[in-house]
Amino acid sequence: MTKEFRILSATAILGYGFPIASFEAGLARNPDLIAADAGSTDPGPYYLGAGISFTDRQAVKRDLNLMIQAGLRRKIPVVVGTAGGSGAEPHLAWCFEIIKEIAAEEKLSFKIALIHAEFEKSVILDALGNGKIRPLDRAPELTRERVDSAAHIVGQMGAEPFIRAFDENPDVILAGRSYDPSVFAALPIKLGFNRALALHMGKILECAAICASPGSGSDCMFGTLTNEWFELEALNPARICTTVSVAAHTLYEKTNPYILPGPGGHLDLRDCRFSDQGGGRIRVSGSKFVPADPYTIKLEGARPVGFRTVSIAGTRDPIMIREIDRTIAAVRENVAEIYKNQSWDYRLNFIVYGKDGVMGPLEPHPGTESAHELGIVIEAVAETQALADTVCATARSTMLHYGYPGRIATAGNLAFPFSPSDFHAGKVYEFSVYHLLETEDPAAYFKIETFDLS
Amino acid sequence: MKRKITEIADVIRSKNSGPYELTLDILFKTDADFETARRAKLITPEKICELYKIEAEKIIGIVEFPPAKAIKITIQRPICSGDLGETDVYGAQQHAPLLDLWFETEGPQTGQETV
Repeated sequence: MTKEFRILSATAILGYGFPIASFEAGLARNPDLIAADAGSTDPGPYYLGAGISFTDRQAVKRDLNLMIQAGLRRKIPVVVGTAGGSGAEPHLAWCFEIIKEIAAEEKLSFKIALIHAEFEKSVILDALGNGKIRPLDRAPELTRERVDSAAHIVGQMGAEPFIRAFDENPDVILAGRSYDPSVFAALPIKLGFNRALALHMGKILECAAICASPGSGSDCMFGTLTNEWFELEALNPARICTTVSVAAHTLYEKTNPYILPGPGGHLDLRDCRFSDQGGGRIRVSGSKFVPADPYTIKLEGARPVGFRTVSIAGTRDPIMIREIDRTIAAVRENVAEIYKNQSWDYRLNFIVYGKDGVMGPLEPHPGTESAHELGIVIEAVAETQALADTVCATARSTMLHYGYPGRIATAGNLAFPFSPSDFHAGKVYEFSVYHLLETEDPAAYFKIETFDLS
Repeated sequence: MKRKITEIADVIRSKNSGPYELTLDILFKTDADFETARRAKLITPEKICELYKIEAEKIIGIVEFPPAKAIKITIQRPICSGDLGETDVYGAQQHAPLLDLWFETEGPQTGQETV
């Protein structure tokens, strides 16, 4: 009989949930591992910068409770990567706190390994000084100033730190920022399974049922790995994997479906084959892994850029709609004029829904000819919340009463849905580190701690 | 005769590929539809530049992926995701210009490959 390794992927992102019936159908298939990734950079720089999860605490606790109890009952490991959505220290601590709560409330005793992914700035600066860091995609060259100003910098760990953590025989591994496939692929790689197939299967399992038809980010997926192929099957009778749904997932969120770069090398899927084995099982084979020399770890960092205040309004006046560009220009000028003697550093921005609010510079039809109403978001970003409030308030009141050419409605230009009209959006961050770090030891930067919870 | 892309594609979507790139996927309904789109040169760098008002060097790649009957286009984001001036943090609503694509076919519209 072929040696197999079987994995239950609980959900696309920890906290997105999954039906109990799907999870139990997965357990009935005797998995060797239960895993999920918990994060993404998709929600933007705020969550990494602020040290806050984009997923809900109660929802994360619900998913973890089911996963950990099932893992302990069946004596199989539970692995979670990118704790707290971004995987820096506060995110890891947040998720660890939830796990400790579950252990106490459910009276569970188990061993947990924590893998840290936040980098000390001194470590980054040393590597920068040694020429070991280079930009990824179009990121600018890394500078000392960018490193110093970052709120958090994390490294995306590959399989190696997990493999090292498994040496301690933990029941649960909770890791900081992780390359999503690592949480699935590390244990089979440690056990001697083919690295390329393990990583490629992990790459699909990390989005759980998104690779089925119809897809879902809130449902389980089952993977079976051998040294010649892997198979995927949906666990909910309402959805099924097809060769096209699985192949299509290979495209998702990626630049090139044939070449998927990750820690220490890339997956080459040019000779990959997808075949239907019947019963909703899709077999994938032919995946290759091409190691990189030197091994690189992706770094992600975010830094604060100020505070944001927004005001939300609409207009239904056809003349105001026609004059919207001139009106916005006049509002900008007026705000600049009023505060010209202040040395304020602020940014005033207008998002106009009904014009180019969604696509901005990429919008092929930026006119307002067909719009009978516009939605307007006035956004001020400044170095303090109070200053952002001031700039937003001045822009809002100027826009409300501005006398644009041809104006007939003289009582007010804006319809506000809310009172108060202006809202604090708090601290604003931007991605400031998106770079590759060269290393000789892929596990060295990721500190491992173990705890016995009881 | 003129046919619209939505007659032969059942998925047209956009999404970030990392914070600096935007990737557009077109998944065709059948292998024949995929072949029709390829032969009609439905997606070319010139058309992408025109639809998104970008210069050719902003196109990172256009890749055909037969296992999914798909064509993928990846372009540079105007700004890094979440930078000041952002309009779509996830990049999930940048696909609409592709819905306006059309192509010429010969013969009557039968729903079959007609080129």
